[in-house]
Amino acid sequence: MAEVPAAGRRFRETALGQHLGQLLRDQLGLLGLVLVLLVVLSALFAGWIAPYDPLKIYAGPRLAPPSWEHWFGTDHLGRDILSRVIAGGQVALQVAAATIAAALTLGIALGLLAGYGPEWLDNLLLLLFDAVRSFPVIIFALAVVTLLGPSLYTVILVVTISSVPIYARIVRTQTQAMKHNEFILAERAMGAGPLRILGVHILPNVVGPLLILASMDVPLVIAVEAGLSFLGMGVRPPTPSWGTILNDGYNYIRNSPWPVIAGGIPIVVVTLGFTFLGEALRDIFDPKLRKDL
Amino acid sequence: MTALLEIENLRVRFPTMGPLRARLTGVADPWIDAVCGVSLSIAEGETLGLVGESGSGKSTLARAVMGLVPVAEGQVRVEGRRIDGLGGQALAPFRRRMAMMFQDPVGSLSPRLTVRSLVAEPFRIHGVRDRDLDAEVRRLLGLVGLGPDFAQRFPHQLSGGQARRVGVARALALDPKLIIADEPTAGLDVSVQGEILNLLARLQGEIGVAILIITHNLNVVRHVTDRMAIMYLGRFVEQGATGQVFERPHHPYTEALLSANPEPDPDAVLNRVEIKGEVPSLLRRPAGCEFHTRCLYARERCSSEAPAVSSAGGAHRYTCHFPLGENG
Repeated sequence: MAEVPAAGRRFRETALGQHLGQLLRDQLGLLGLVLVLLVVLSALFAGWIAPYDPLKIYAGPRLAPPSWEHWFGTDHLGRDILSRVIAGGQVALQVAAATIAAALTLGIALGLLAGYGPEWLDNLLLLLFDAVRSFPVIIFALAVVTLLGPSLYTVILVVTISSVPIYARIVRTQTQAMKHNEFILAERAMGAGPLRILGVHILPNVVGPLLILASMDVPLVIAVEAGLSFLGMGVRPPTPSWGTILNDGYNYIRNSPWPVIAGGIPIVVVTLGFTFLGEALRDIFDPKLRKDL
Repeated sequence: MTALLEIENLRVRFPTMGPLRARLTGVADPWIDAVCGVSLSIAEGETLGLVGESGSGKSTLARAVMGLVPVAEGQVRVEGRRIDGLGGQALAPFRRRMAMMFQDPVGSLSPRLTVRSLVAEPFRIHGVRDRDLDAEVRRLLGLVGLGPDFAQRFPHQLSGGQARRVGVARALALDPKLIIADEPTAGLDVSVQGEILNLLARLQGEIGVAILIITHNLNVVRHVTDRMAIMYLGRFVEQGATGQVFERPHHPYTEALLSANPEPDPDAVLNRVEIKGEVPSLLRRPAGCEFHTRCLYARERCSSEAPAVSSAGGAHRYTCHFPLGENG
């Protein structure tokens, strides 16, 4: 023990250090972390990692099976699929990050408003949330895409709008449960205004479960993006997206299954990775939610 | 000299159902009066005990004074100025003069804040910037007997007694004239209860703050308060100097409450006055004297005619047709 440097020991004793230790001991959590890091790092350093330009036509023969030159093979235009998968990861993560950041911000704001505001506002917002939630995401997306035209931003907009109610409802319920607590009454008795009560005293108590939910939402968002792109309603070709890779390969699936498999693998990896990670985080931060106890 | 806090004919009402439902179900009066025409005054440096069963409206009264629940009728005056109906900015200067401590010692502290932040809250809320917060926090913690190392702790790391002390420190932060303490000893060990009460008494001697103690613990009232008021169904049934009320209770409810309090002396003659039944529902207040359904001495007149407030000398007042002092 005496040889452990002071800084290292102190880090291990902090809350963050302990949580990290717990995460590394959880095997599925560790696997999730590795998968997520794999995708995130490959997207961040796509320029260095990708062996070819993802847009370059006839980088190799058309529909070539995997080889040392093209690990995932090539598509019907002879583009290198590995490079396209890596570039598609960038698109997927951009959509996921933008969507979840926007949905969290809006969801927290509306949820706090509904939970702490007057009753009529609460009812109005709930009606709005339920109305939005009553559309299946894909159908809603098809409608919006018809209006605004397919693009990356339309995808972000659609998925944001359909996720806001989920976050907002959680925040609202927790805010309502909390606003009659004695510590909130005590703050009001001291003269604290609603902004201070919401920002300093309620928000820190509701974000924990929300962040866990957000990390488990990432694969959902990515799947919707891939789905829309597959249907031609999302990212426009030639920009690579996992959905467009699937779509491109779909026509040649009988003779050459490589493009479809290569487009599907990252979706599976991302889904598993974020789900494992999210569940591990949930177990660490909120042991009460564990199902296996 | 004007009283520090004056409450006149205060009434607090809560709706039992929405207006639409009341209209549809034909309920003429969907309101209940949690506090029903209460008057009292507290002078500077005085300690008043507010006693009553659960649901008698003690806490509601305190919350109405602090502006946490709306006042339906009557007046609340602080240093002669009306504060009922005020909100936000207009109420802020009065909230500096009055501090309230809530029942749950730990639950009334914001769980994610350190003790330092909790004690500094009043300064932040009221924008007091000209003081060194660290020094103030250290001074206040010292005042309630907590070392400066407590500043970095979180509420869940405190015992009930320590959390209560933090609550007292925070109540004292802005040098209030009045502290409202809602069950300051609830949920604490007996020894810790004593410490907290001694602390309050000592601080009152040093600082001269007035204290309104809400409790159902009569020993607390007897040892700490100058005056006491007994509440039943949102009304005062008796109020007066603590010694007088304990010695010569005039209202049968007071007598019953006092006799239910265990005596530490094993040789004391057990002379318990039992009261029957439950507290009546606020939805259906009994006619006449509202206590007659449970009163041992109730007569014909009690069930039809509500008694007026009578005086038993000085500030000792009661609401009963047949007070114990006179014919008992």
